[in-house]
Amino acid sequence: MMKICGPKLSLCCTILSVWAIIQLGLMAIFFYVRSPAFIEDLKIDDHDHHDAEKFLKALDTSYSTIAVNCAISAGLYVVTLAVSGWQMWVNKNS
Amino acid sequence: MGSIFRSEEMTLCQLFLSSEAAYNCVSELGEIGLVQFRDLNPDVNAFQRKFVHEVRRCDEMERKLRYLETEMKKDNVPILDNGENPEAPQPREMIDLEATFEKLENEMKEVNSNAETLKKNSLELMELKHVLLTTQLFFDERDSEPGTSITQNLLPAEEGKGPVQLGFAAGVTLRERMPMFERMLWRVCRGNVFVRRADIQQPLEDPITGEEVFKTVFIIFFQGEQLKTKVKKICEGCRATMYPCPEAGAERKEMAQGVKGRLDDLSTVLSQTTDHRRRVLAAAAKHLRTWFIKVRKIKAIYHTLNMLNLDVTNKCLIAECWIPTSDLGVIRDALRKGTERSGSSVEPILNRMQTQLKPPTFHRTNKFTSGFQNLIDAYGVATYREVNPALYTTTTFPFLFAVMFGDAGHGVLMLAFAAWMVIREKALIAAKMSGEIWNIFFGGRYIILLMSCFSIYTGIIYNDVFSKSFNIFGSAWRINSNATVENLEHWEELTLDPANREEYSGKPYPFGFDPMWQIAVNKIAFQNSYKMKISIIIGVIHMIFGVVVSLYNHTFFRNYISLVFEFIPQMIFLIGMFGWLCIMVFIKWIMYGAGPEFGEERSSFCAPSVLITFINMVLLKKEKEDPTTPCKVFMFEGQYILQLVLLVLCIICVPLMLFPKPLILKSLHNSKKRHHEQQAIAQNGELGGEATTSGHGEEEEEFEFSEVFIEQAIHTIEFVLGSVSHTASYLRLWALSLAHAQLSEVLWNMVMKIGLSQSFYTGSIMLYLIFAAWAALTISILVLMEGLSAFLHTLRLHWVEFQSKFYKGEGYAFTPLTFKHIVSGDEDDA
Repeated sequence: MMKICGPKLSLCCTILSVWAIIQLGLMAIFFYVRSPAFIEDLKIDDHDHHDAEKFLKALDTSYSTIAVNCAISAGLYVVTLAVSGWQMWVNKNS
Repeated sequence: MGSIFRSEEMTLCQLFLSSEAAYNCVSELGEIGLVQFRDLNPDVNAFQRKFVHEVRRCDEMERKLRYLETEMKKDNVPILDNGENPEAPQPREMIDLEATFEKLENEMKEVNSNAETLKKNSLELMELKHVLLTTQLFFDERDSEPGTSITQNLLPAEEGKGPVQLGFAAGVTLRERMPMFERMLWRVCRGNVFVRRADIQQPLEDPITGEEVFKTVFIIFFQGEQLKTKVKKICEGCRATMYPCPEAGAERKEMAQGVKGRLDDLSTVLSQTTDHRRRVLAAAAKHLRTWFIKVRKIKAIYHTLNMLNLDVTNKCLIAECWIPTSDLGVIRDALRKGTERSGSSVEPILNRMQTQLKPPTFHRTNKFTSGFQNLIDAYGVATYREVNPALYTTTTFPFLFAVMFGDAGHGVLMLAFAAWMVIREKALIAAKMSGEIWNIFFGGRYIILLMSCFSIYTGIIYNDVFSKSFNIFGSAWRINSNATVENLEHWEELTLDPANREEYSGKPYPFGFDPMWQIAVNKIAFQNSYKMKISIIIGVIHMIFGVVVSLYNHTFFRNYISLVFEFIPQMIFLIGMFGWLCIMVFIKWIMYGAGPEFGEERSSFCAPSVLITFINMVLLKKEKEDPTTPCKVFMFEGQYILQLVLLVLCIICVPLMLFPKPLILKSLHNSKKRHHEQQAIAQNGELGGEATTSGHGEEEEEFEFSEVFIEQAIHTIEFVLGSVSHTASYLRLWALSLAHAQLSEVLWNMVMKIGLSQSFYTGSIMLYLIFAAWAALTISILVLMEGLSAFLHTLRLHWVEFQSKFYKGEGYAFTPLTFKHIVSGDEDDA
């Protein structure tokens, strides 16, 4: 069993991953249902600001993109959780 | 009957112990930890006390145990800790313990010195081996040219000078000393010696320090006796070890083999010695902790016995001790047990004494309240039988913290940490983690748990979760028909008027801030008004509560003068001035508003500034009505008269606080003195000229009127000026919550937003990394730093603003004889 990191780092990463999965998961849901609380976090280019139709469409696209991004990040953190959990187990056994 | 509301009632008792039973009784009392012994021999030197020999023996035993402990730590021998609590052994068993420790210590010392000698020998042999090996190389080179001797000179002999013979010396020295050594040789011998050196590759272990050092082999060639002596002296001076090295090859080989044989023997002996040492240490390690506890208990008992007085008949020991009155039964049981164990037939006698001494303050706390009690005791231990602020602190402290911390997301993080500490309490206590910071956090785990729960509550009220708001009930605000494309292209912001029922529904958000405020540009202005007002209201309530607690103290101590001339004026002043301020805030909130329901006079345009009204009240300014607007200066009819009456009442309170109490105290003192004099004269007349001073058993009460008056003046000024400054001080509740909210928002906008505002799916990697950074900053800055800051400010509000209204804090803590800290393994210097 290969040891990549020590006990403290693996514990930190595990806790961080759990928190990240919960929070990013919730944020993905919130972006998917178009919550207005996140309206300031969207990415809308300048040239889309002048036409109402374009603006609404850009709004929509941005919400979807960020929702998917959050979900992918949550997935990456699932992988991180697995790796750091494995490292914690390795450290405990050594 | 005890409770955490007041400190326990304490009794001073006299304890008569027979000499045989004394040791065991004190041991039992130490186990229950409820008795504080008074030192009856304060003038006696430590070396003249009765049991000084026993204490010295205990110190010796502890020293031996500590030596054993260091030896065990050096060898990494694990010290067994099975959590058992051995009783203090009988005095006669002390001799056995001493003998065991002496034997162990001698054995260890012997083993250590043997090992040292062996290591020294082995080092010498190893160095000799290396010397032989290296010189072998030198001589081998020479031997490649047969027929010559290394000591033969290379140049042809000059005429008139005989054949020259070179001598040589070989040795070993530290690698670091080599350059200095060579330079010294060069200078002293004026360059007439030849040095060759070779480093020893593997490090050798220094026998004394155990460190590994690198050494070098050198061989010096010189000519003549004088150089030889010089070289020898220099070698000695530079602390290089010389080894005799035979010139002939065969002799060297023989020597090398002999050395090898001796080295092997030595290493076997050395390994056996270290094994033996480990065995001895391992056997002792099993009992080490028990021995430590036993020795420390014996020492504590003898320290206590030193405080007792020896009776005239020399048969029993007398002790004076403070005990909680409700625990008399428990203590009698313990004494009985101790007497039984000692086998003495004489029962110990426990007498209650009347005394004028001030008893210690004892609060009976459990694991939940002990944290809060520590916070209060850090400022000052409560006076005997004073109301204990710790009881109320259990709720007010987390609440005031939460008002300043107010973020549900950070509260959840704190709750997770605190809940883990509380749920895994037993395991964490047993783990005995070191580290002062960890112990501080763990000791305050219940405080942190409550603070986090309250923070989640205030976070929901402020509608702040990591600087974002939740919309659970539906916002009361609507975007109106003004939001056309044309208007939005020209305007920066869209203003929503709360008086317009199309924009604001008139039915406010049921619980907490409306989520619309999160994206409003004037969010801070709105929140400021709200937070400042509730800070003042909370502050005034907290301070009035403090004054009410002082009422309980006055009635308990039957201090009726203070009740009438301190409590009542203080209440009138506080409520009349700052209570009125809060009432005005409430009136304004209820009576004034935006919208068609309120009419013109009570519209938001006409709402008077509470602060200006308050200042005008004190300055007795009556502002003229402004005819151009429908607004009125005052909120209701008769407000000016009411404010005038309140102001006059409050001004009267100031001399009421200042003058009557000292004057009454002075007249009381005078009447008491006259009463005593009359009594003395009557006694004198009866008994015919006896000393009058025998009537006074108590201390002469001194009464300096100027001192009392100045003290009263200080108290009055402190209260009156303090009421203004303390009320303003509560504005820190607003300031810190604003700072926290803004920090949280800035962190999100500067860090998390970068990760979120991505146009492509590859941004998820960015988000992955940035989330970790945002999380680290949230924990370190917002939870830890802001948490500590809010904790500190809450503590200050309690210590200064709240407790200055009633708390005297002039007591001393109850320090009973207890073995608890000995068993738990805390380092205590008795």
